Amino acid sequence: MTAFDLQQYLDFAYIAAVVLFILSLKFLSSPTTARMGVLCGEIGAALAVVATLFTPGLHEYRWILIPLIIGAGVGIPLGLVHMTAVPQRTALSHAFGALSAAMIGIAEYYVGTAPVTRFEMGEIALEVIIGSLTFTGSLIAAGKLQEILPQRPVVYRGQNIVSLSVLGAALALAVALVVNPGDTLLFPIMVIVALFFGILLVTPIGGADMPTVISLLNSYAGFSAALLGFVLNSKVLVVAGALDGSSGFILSLIMCKAMNRSFTNVMFGAFGQVQASAAKGKEERVVRSATAEEAASILSAANKVVIVPGYGMAVAQAQHKVRELYDVLTKKGVDVRFAIHPVAGRMPGHMNVLLAEADIPYDRLVEMDEINGDFPQTDVALIIGANDVTNPAARTDQSSPIFGMPILDVDKAHTVMVIKRSMNPGFAGIDNPLYYLNQTLMLFGDAKQFVGAIVRELAGGH
Amino acid sequence: MPADFISNLYVFILAGFVGFEVIRRVSPLLHTPLMSLTNALDAIVVVAAIIIAGRHETRLTTILGAIAVAASFSNMVGGFLITDRMLRMFKSRSKQQ
Repeated sequence: MTAFDLQQYLDFAYIAAVVLFILSLKFLSSPTTARMGVLCGEIGAALAVVATLFTPGLHEYRWILIPLIIGAGVGIPLGLVHMTAVPQRTALSHAFGALSAAMIGIAEYYVGTAPVTRFEMGEIALEVIIGSLTFTGSLIAAGKLQEILPQRPVVYRGQNIVSLSVLGAALALAVALVVNPGDTLLFPIMVIVALFFGILLVTPIGGADMPTVISLLNSYAGFSAALLGFVLNSKVLVVAGALDGSSGFILSLIMCKAMNRSFTNVMFGAFGQVQASAAKGKEERVVRSATAEEAASILSAANKVVIVPGYGMAVAQAQHKVRELYDVLTKKGVDVRFAIHPVAGRMPGHMNVLLAEADIPYDRLVEMDEINGDFPQTDVALIIGANDVTNPAARTDQSSPIFGMPILDVDKAHTVMVIKRSMNPGFAGIDNPLYYLNQTLMLFGDAKQFVGAIVRELAGGH
Repeated sequence: MPADFISNLYVFILAGFVGFEVIRRVSPLLHTPLMSLTNALDAIVVVAAIIIAGRHETRLTTILGAIAVAASFSNMVGGFLITDRMLRMFKSRSKQQ
């Protein structure tokens, strides 16, 4: 009788957690309420965890408390990483989430209370396959983002056939297990094949596609948790997994749209291999460059300036200098805003975080669709460490590999200034005609030093 | 088809729609914190891991459960922590002065 009552209290705790989780995401609609959202999520999670500790039938608290302490010991440092490292931290947390879901699925197969039915076997097999491939896939993605593994797409002939046959093998093993759930030898083989498929899935994908890949892995991690909810008949897991899965799915769609690519193209296309045939007859193309002094005088004469930051800015650790530039120009009465392309940075929204960390107010950060109409009235567009997202060939040149990708229309500004180390093409290896326009000035140098030099000119001058 | 499956499917589909509508309204400004927050919420699988580990049915399932407890709890702790750290940095112009 008491066990029954306890179970009811547990269910109420889980329902409260689910409500708090949905509220948590709802509060994230605006930066002013977002921290309230985190608080709701924390209360919901704490409620569910504490309630679970009172579940009838638990008797080995050692095996719960020690892993909880280890988990906190790993989680706290991972919560304190530098903002430039957030993408690899996120990929790693997808790996942990998927690992956890896969482990529970595997344990559920081996729990000997009642033999697994065919239907349950199907659920478990699917859940474990998705969890396992997401685990290894996310580890590879984290390795690429941390630059332990090569950023370039790794490709070989017949790659897609090999990858798909490995996936096919995992699914065939799953079917064999559904036919005969008692075949305990097949189960670990299926897990290993699925783990291997995750490696094959992400290894060929290049660094430029990481924002899409990380979102897709997010989605897989969420759906594997939801499937686990089906296996265990736990509604709280079904809801949390569905929320996480749909969030990752929406972000993947946004990222694909921002790069004008399809899912299949990202997964099987190996972007960046194309190495543009657009050498375009080596006509003399003139590049004009300018010094920090000249750049400073143009900026101080401007009314409206739009800064376009890219990941190169973060690599050069230039965001704090950019903040100084923002301050000094704003003091002179110049209207300074930042144009944020959806794939700027290495994961969705990454650039906003990097600029917010440098104390740039978020109401100065403007999304691509909102700011594109303003470029014709912009005096200076200053591009720092961004390349492909400003390439006008995406609008005009059908032969360009990025043709059709939505870009920031910086070429419509009166003056365009580009801070760049050299004329080498960017991440995707595509030439950028923007640099040869009449109104474009190239500012050659390290982003941090060059912005610093402009700031000194502006502050020291008038 | 088991009745549990059907009721879970109802919950899954409804939660998927709620998630889609709520998340569609999240400002693109906050897409990185969104991902780390959903990640922390997803770490609720820790409750299932606690039950597997705590029941101590076989050595294998206990070890698998314990690994799952550590992995998902690290996501929960780390995910909430970094989300809050990021959100604290987002300030508007009026607030800064």
